[in-house]
Amino acid sequence: MNNIGKMLVQRISLGFLTLFIVSLIIFLGVSMLPGDAAEAILGQAATPETVAALRDQLGLNLPAHIRYFKWLGGILQGDFGTSIGNGREIGDIIGLRFKNTIFLAAFAACISVPLALALGILAALYRNSFYDRGINAVTLSAISTPEFFVAYILILFVSVKFGWFPSLSNVQADTGFIERLEKTLLPAITLTLVSVAYMMRMTRAAIINLLSDSYIEMASLKGMKRLRIITHHALPNAWAPIINVIVLNLAYLIVGVVIVEVVFVYPGLGQLLVDAVQRRDMPVVQACCLIFAATYVTLNLIADILSILTNPRLLHPK
Amino acid sequence: MNQSNSTSNDSSMLKPTKTRMQRFFSELLKAPFSAKLGMLVIVVYVIAAVFAPIIAPYGESEIVGKKYMLANDSFILGTDNLGRDTFTRIIYGARNTVGIALITTIYAFLLGGLTGIIAAVIGGWTDQLLSRTVDILMAIPALIFAMLLLSIFGTSVPSLILIIGLLDATRVFRLCRAVSLNVVVMDFVEAAKLRGEKIGWITIREILPCISAPLAAEFGIRFCFVFLTISALSFLGLGIQPPTADWGSMVRDTADLISFEDYTPLVPAAAIAILTLGVNFVVDWFLHKTSGLKDEF
Repeated sequence: MNNIGKMLVQRISLGFLTLFIVSLIIFLGVSMLPGDAAEAILGQAATPETVAALRDQLGLNLPAHIRYFKWLGGILQGDFGTSIGNGREIGDIIGLRFKNTIFLAAFAACISVPLALALGILAALYRNSFYDRGINAVTLSAISTPEFFVAYILILFVSVKFGWFPSLSNVQADTGFIERLEKTLLPAITLTLVSVAYMMRMTRAAIINLLSDSYIEMASLKGMKRLRIITHHALPNAWAPIINVIVLNLAYLIVGVVIVEVVFVYPGLGQLLVDAVQRRDMPVVQACCLIFAATYVTLNLIADILSILTNPRLLHPK
Repeated sequence: MNQSNSTSNDSSMLKPTKTRMQRFFSELLKAPFSAKLGMLVIVVYVIAAVFAPIIAPYGESEIVGKKYMLANDSFILGTDNLGRDTFTRIIYGARNTVGIALITTIYAFLLGGLTGIIAAVIGGWTDQLLSRTVDILMAIPALIFAMLLLSIFGTSVPSLILIIGLLDATRVFRLCRAVSLNVVVMDFVEAAKLRGEKIGWITIREILPCISAPLAAEFGIRFCFVFLTISALSFLGLGIQPPTADWGSMVRDTADLISFEDYTPLVPAAAIAILTLGVNFVVDWFLHKTSGLKDEF
């Protein structure tokens, strides 16, 4: 156990180090920009005096490393600064949108993870059959397709032609749970279609890799059914890569929502980021990028930890 | 070719040996249907890109009709939000979108491939420094990082190529370093080092030929990623800027039509999907062929 504990501590501290450097990159990158927030807020017509005064007030005259720690310290306390575009507190704007994004990603994950596992196990079970080849071609197509293509096809057929589900996911803070599910169904299906493919292929590959092992052969010589071999003998050893790919896909879902949110006009973090980049509202861009990066790094870290914890060789050392 | 033809004529007693070209074509003929389809798609796109001015009926950003005209005899696919011919823009899009994606991929390969092999050959501190830098760059999700950098450096085609290329070079680096590490330990590389060959020679003459097959497959996969990323950014309005004809921004420009049961936005989106699918089919076949990796993706 001691060994595992050491590895875990190592991974977690590495994760924190990565986060720290990422925040440094995000901060330094933006401070390389010509002009600063004071000029951006006041616009072209400002006199040098007013710019200097605002700079003083915003603390922009301080050296870069002090500004960095102030910025980071503020974020750790939930203060992301103010938006240049509308002068609102970024923390207020982001809070609700982040919840929306998480909701959408979680909804998509609830559909896609069980689906991918089931399809992957079936493909491994009926390897090289017609079903396996078919599903291989379908998933390859899904990987190749841009998200907006899937999204617009869904909108055209499900929403415009048949009118089953709304094409705009304009949820509000007070939208009820059922209505929210109905409005986010199409974006969730889009994300599912795009992300199932990787998870399913990985599940299939992880199981098939094990099927040539001698203990599996032993099991089949004992006369065990193929399904039981896969669920009872192959799957426990395949968990590590499968869990890994599932968590990586959750990371993808959180990040990949950007385009889906834009297509369905869903008020999430991704859309906020796109708007901010277009308006060059740098404090908002920084905040969104940091949140996305932190989520991504954390999920990767969880994937690492889980694959250590599910590795039987590490759990039961000789 | 000439030389090999004469050999097979002269030695009629012997079983004619196949030339490299003939072997290549016989392999092509044996390729599964999906790979052939993929190659056909790629050829069609290349023709469209190369001969765009000849094929396209109108100029790239020429306004030739009214806004949002439906398909008719003079405009096969109708016109877009400014009255430009959609078909013309699709054809030119092949040149712009695919061209930019291709340049970006080549740049990513030169950068990531060379540094990857060099890291594997030199090892030690150089390897540590390069690998840790790549780790950090890969810790930030690519699309988000690209958006951050684009908002810093502005959205122009050169900065698009440099940024996406850099982000993709990290993935190429990882692969190149991993495959090269297996080759670096071989005896012939050791021999080359001992006879005092320079690092450039070892990289290009000793290691590169051994890892060309996985690299070729990776090129196809990377191209798809780059192509999809650029299209996604263009779709978000942060990639290739108007008036350049580009599939991602064409979807964005005509997206509103979808609520009127109009297929127009789907045409450029399908153009993107079909090319990526074609390349993936070919890569899939190539991977099976070269490495016997039956269950890799």
